[in-house]
Amino acid sequence: MGGFYGLLQKEVLRFWRVVYQTIGAPVLATLLWMLVFSHVLGERVQVWGGLSYTEFLIPGLVMMAVLQNAFSNSSSSLIQSKIAGNIILMILPPITPLAFFAAYTSACVLRGLLVGAGVMAAGIWFEPSALPQSPHIVILFALLGGTMAGALGLVVGLWAEKFDQIGLFTNFIIMPLTFLSGVFYSISTLPPFWRTISQFNPFLYMIDGFRWGFYNQGDIPLLYSIIATTVMTAAVSWLAWYLVKIGYKMKT
Amino acid sequence: MTEAITVSGISKSYGDLSVLDNISLSVPQGALFGLLGPNGAGKTTLIGILGGLVRADSGEASILGHDALGDNMEFKRHVGIVPQELVYDPFFNVREALNFQSRYFGLGKNNEWIDYLLQKLQLVDKAKTNTRSLSGGMKRRLMIAQALVHRPPVIVLDEPTAGVDINLRLILWDFVRELNAEGRTIILTTHYLEEAEELCEEIALMNKGRIITQGKTADLIAACHNLIQVRLRLQGGDIAHLPSHKQQDDSFVFSVQNYSDIPQLLAAVVAAGCVLSDIEVSRADLEDVFVSMIKDS
Repeated sequence: MGGFYGLLQKEVLRFWRVVYQTIGAPVLATLLWMLVFSHVLGERVQVWGGLSYTEFLIPGLVMMAVLQNAFSNSSSSLIQSKIAGNIILMILPPITPLAFFAAYTSACVLRGLLVGAGVMAAGIWFEPSALPQSPHIVILFALLGGTMAGALGLVVGLWAEKFDQIGLFTNFIIMPLTFLSGVFYSISTLPPFWRTISQFNPFLYMIDGFRWGFYNQGDIPLLYSIIATTVMTAAVSWLAWYLVKIGYKMKT
Repeated sequence: MTEAITVSGISKSYGDLSVLDNISLSVPQGALFGLLGPNGAGKTTLIGILGGLVRADSGEASILGHDALGDNMEFKRHVGIVPQELVYDPFFNVREALNFQSRYFGLGKNNEWIDYLLQKLQLVDKAKTNTRSLSGGMKRRLMIAQALVHRPPVIVLDEPTAGVDINLRLILWDFVRELNAEGRTIILTTHYLEEAEELCEEIALMNKGRIITQGKTADLIAACHNLIQVRLRLQGGDIAHLPSHKQQDDSFVFSVQNYSDIPQLLAAVVAAGCVLSDIEVSRADLEDVFVSMIKDS
């Protein structure tokens, strides 16, 4: 894949150069969510399987951090390159569409995993019983979710022509979908109408599947979550690759 | 021998605006070729098509025989393009920028060549400087180094000396000549006509999306109708009946084909009752060709 390693190194070094902003700040923000919510709601919210609310909350917050940071990495990198004009430096060399897509999403997955690992390490220190019982399932969902969010960030980064549009997508679509995906509550506690609506939220399956890897139980059967997450990741990845291939908003 | 660049029937429009209109162009290998034209002539669009930045509506283009319009990216290994706009990635220093650009071409170990480029473009002491801290001229040099990082046999420089000081311009001219002497094909667009006249052995003139003319620089200048201009400052007399002249300020400018025509012209002026107080003779240059052709097109 021509140019893959160079572009991957560039993308990783780009976010590493501002590590406090790209890794440190999201870890801290997520930990604050954890502290506030577990303190305020810890003894009032019922979840399933005899889990404490903090135990329930930690995997959801970890996955939410993976998704949001993977999305943010590719979308912000691309819009910066487009606005600064240095995207040209990546179009002129023979970087194949697949290499371009793979390098960008791999960097997203890496950043998502680093933030997720930071949140998880702090969460385990905070609640030692919040350990994955099926680590392979945790890794599967982290990789699939990170890839899907990174690819979505690539699509949005290609589509957007100004930072405002990235903010619009992040604040009005990504943020509500992740918040309403069962991070903070079990959808089994929702009224039937809202439970049905929630099932149309793609992030629900990623959060629930990821949490299943911790406690071997969830709101949705694991197979459904795997299928939904895989299909969604494949669809968004194909779209991102296709847009790169046709040079969507990169070539005139 | 395969041409360095072949463009055939290329057209490009943005909505109703036709930017390139059935352009055909051929640049032989090893040439130092000038692409000239006023703003909006379509030079940058044509270069964008050759670099895969712009999609052509129709036509064909190839670089050293490799199709430049399809999905195959092989042609990109054979061409280095220096865009007109100053672009840089503010996260990295000069050496990192060159290393990444090198790796985009699959060149993992390229330090020797990168060191050479840094030295030739006088960027050695800026190798660890962040690109956003560079002056405009240094950013331009970095972009040239980035375009050359994969040792392309065909190099396209889109206004490389725009906005740079005379010292840097001379450095770049020398470097361009050196690259050309090594056998690389150079295509240069410039607004500085003396630059094209100085460097390019062959030029094409573009206007309104079309190639007006293409040929050897010297031939184009020689073919200009008004080859020699004779500026005379005159007092008295009446020269209205004399051909090929125009009044500029307090002088009259006559055009003649050869130097041997000048004595005859002076005799005619004296015969018309004029007193000659000053005379200035100059050859037509590329600017005269340019202005004349653009006007005619």
